[in-house]
Amino acid sequence: MTSDKSFYEFISNGVPGPEQKVDADNAILPARKLAFGRFKELGLPTVKTEEWRYTNIQRYLKDAFTLAQEEQGTVTAEQLKAAGIPQLDSYRAVLVNGRLQADLSTLPTGGKITVSKVSDAAGNPQLQAWFDKHPHLQSQPFAALNAALFADGLFIEAGVNASLDKPLHIIHVYTASANAFIQPRHLIVLHKSATLEVIESAVGINDNAIAFVNGVTEVVLEENAELWHYNIQSTVKNSRHIYHTSTTQKADSRYHHFNFTLPSAELTRNNLSVALTGSNTETNLHGLYLATGTQHVDNHTFVDHLVPNCNSNELYKGVLLDDANGVFTGKIHVHQDAQKTNAFQQNNNLLMSEKANINSQPQLEIYADDVKCSHGFTVGRFSEESLFYLRSRGIGEEAAKSLLVNAFAFDITDQVHIPALQDFLAEKIRQYVAGAINN
Amino acid sequence: MLTIKNLHAEVDGKQILKGINLEIKKGEMHAIMGPNGSGKSSLSSVLAGRENYTVTQGEVIFEGKNLLDMSPEDRAREGLFLAFQYPVEIPGVSNLHFLKTALNEIRAYHSLPAMESKEFLKLTKEKQQLVDFNANLMNRSLNEGFSGGEKKRNEVFQLAMLDPKLAILDETDSGLDIDALRIVAAGVNKLRSADKAFMVITHYQRLLEYIVPDFVHVLYNGQIVKTGTKELALELEEKGYDWLKEEVHQKESV
Repeated sequence: MTSDKSFYEFISNGVPGPEQKVDADNAILPARKLAFGRFKELGLPTVKTEEWRYTNIQRYLKDAFTLAQEEQGTVTAEQLKAAGIPQLDSYRAVLVNGRLQADLSTLPTGGKITVSKVSDAAGNPQLQAWFDKHPHLQSQPFAALNAALFADGLFIEAGVNASLDKPLHIIHVYTASANAFIQPRHLIVLHKSATLEVIESAVGINDNAIAFVNGVTEVVLEENAELWHYNIQSTVKNSRHIYHTSTTQKADSRYHHFNFTLPSAELTRNNLSVALTGSNTETNLHGLYLATGTQHVDNHTFVDHLVPNCNSNELYKGVLLDDANGVFTGKIHVHQDAQKTNAFQQNNNLLMSEKANINSQPQLEIYADDVKCSHGFTVGRFSEESLFYLRSRGIGEEAAKSLLVNAFAFDITDQVHIPALQDFLAEKIRQYVAGAINN
Repeated sequence: MLTIKNLHAEVDGKQILKGINLEIKKGEMHAIMGPNGSGKSSLSSVLAGRENYTVTQGEVIFEGKNLLDMSPEDRAREGLFLAFQYPVEIPGVSNLHFLKTALNEIRAYHSLPAMESKEFLKLTKEKQQLVDFNANLMNRSLNEGFSGGEKKRNEVFQLAMLDPKLAILDETDSGLDIDALRIVAAGVNKLRSADKAFMVITHYQRLLEYIVPDFVHVLYNGQIVKTGTKELALELEEKGYDWLKEEVHQKESV
């Protein structure tokens, strides 16, 4: 399946349906077909679509891409290392273009936590129950496209009271000989009182071909389950990402999501949404984006308070350099029944160049009267006085700026409970600042 | 150690320093006094390399090198230290990490290896006691939520840790009550030695009761208009600055 010219045209009009897929799995095919119909109905967004106003997606889809469903590709040790996190003690699931590679992976065994390919688990009742069912995905064309034609991905299921002794690290390797449109898809289901830490990171393909990744992760947290969910986006310049993460939280569950967008993918669009369907839940959404060059980073978040007594906390921070462009849209919807809701949202930005730009818009829709909600947005520049103070103590400009960016990001990085991941992020920040100064 | 010759500087196109001449030798304690707006803090800013000041004339030689050619960090690495009038709060940067970074950057400049953690902690403990700095503040964010006295004490603590050749104290006494002033002054006095020099900028004679200067200079309208010994500070305390201003104006009109 290749488009010879504009991929936008190809997926708008010419793309064949899921029944054409070589590995169309019978058990999942009905869901794929439904999604394909939905995609056809929704159509691709333009800048006139409200949710895509600040991200002209057509621009990023005008090249030709191959729907890289079948290409296996090879993974080098170097690529794996580049996608890794030094000193991280974890289980490992390595996926090439969305497909799990058992020989490169170290999966948990013998316990109540299973990690399998979505294609292998297609008939699983949990997968059948939850696949592509999240209400927020129903209006999203890229999520529908993914459901219709996704390559493969992981189905992670944690049984009642299950937990792991260390995090599960999902490493994506994207590799193709030519421009590729790659669609991974995960479903994570934590049953009652299960806990899990999942880290997802990716390494891009070569510099000569463009990887367009259109990924979806659905998460289901049953009663009292807890998930620490880290997403690290640090692929090469020639990569473009649209990522939907949609979570359903039942009563007493706790969801901690971290999104780190680092240099240097040219497009990153994240749609993170959480539906709170049970009371007494806790939701923490943390985001940090460090953008440079002509990177475009767009974070759309949505916290849907459907029932009473839920707490959500959101903090997104960004540092933008050069001509980088940032978008933050944070929606909080408190339904009429959702009394005693606490919902807080904060977006802080540090612009390090004259040309860097940020569009931030909080969207609070509150239909209950006994709630505590707040939102805030700041944009600032480096404090020259702080910089001078550090330099006057013998700290060079680069180290001083690195200290200040680390300090700015501290509220986020401090919440990361995995030391190796904290060190990894500190090193990424250092490289980011060094790159900025040597530019 | 430090020679300032005919130093002129401006900020936002406005002349602030109009020909400063000053010589500071090893082991000396110089006090710079003067009324508000006379250029005292500007002098310290120019010496430390604050970027919004432009030197239009003159030169500053520090230990045989042209100070004005150096970046702020290189001035610090060469042994110049400025204790800020208003120390900056930097949330998210721990005091300890900050000091370790500073110390090791200075060491790297002199081709010395980074200090071992154990050795660093030992030094920290020793200097904390020397200047009576509360150990609980070490792991907190740099100056964040510190009281005025704690901030000033932190400046003196940093001074002790970084061990500069020349320390400039810019109104370190401002905002301090008498007890805090005594503690800060005692810390400074313990750091005095034959191979170090100090420049203490102050409004009031009060600080100079505790830190006894070898020389007192009066800055007025961007120039040093009078130099004397500690007795000059007492005279100023008694008579104020007006008589000096008149003297200057009389000279000008002649």
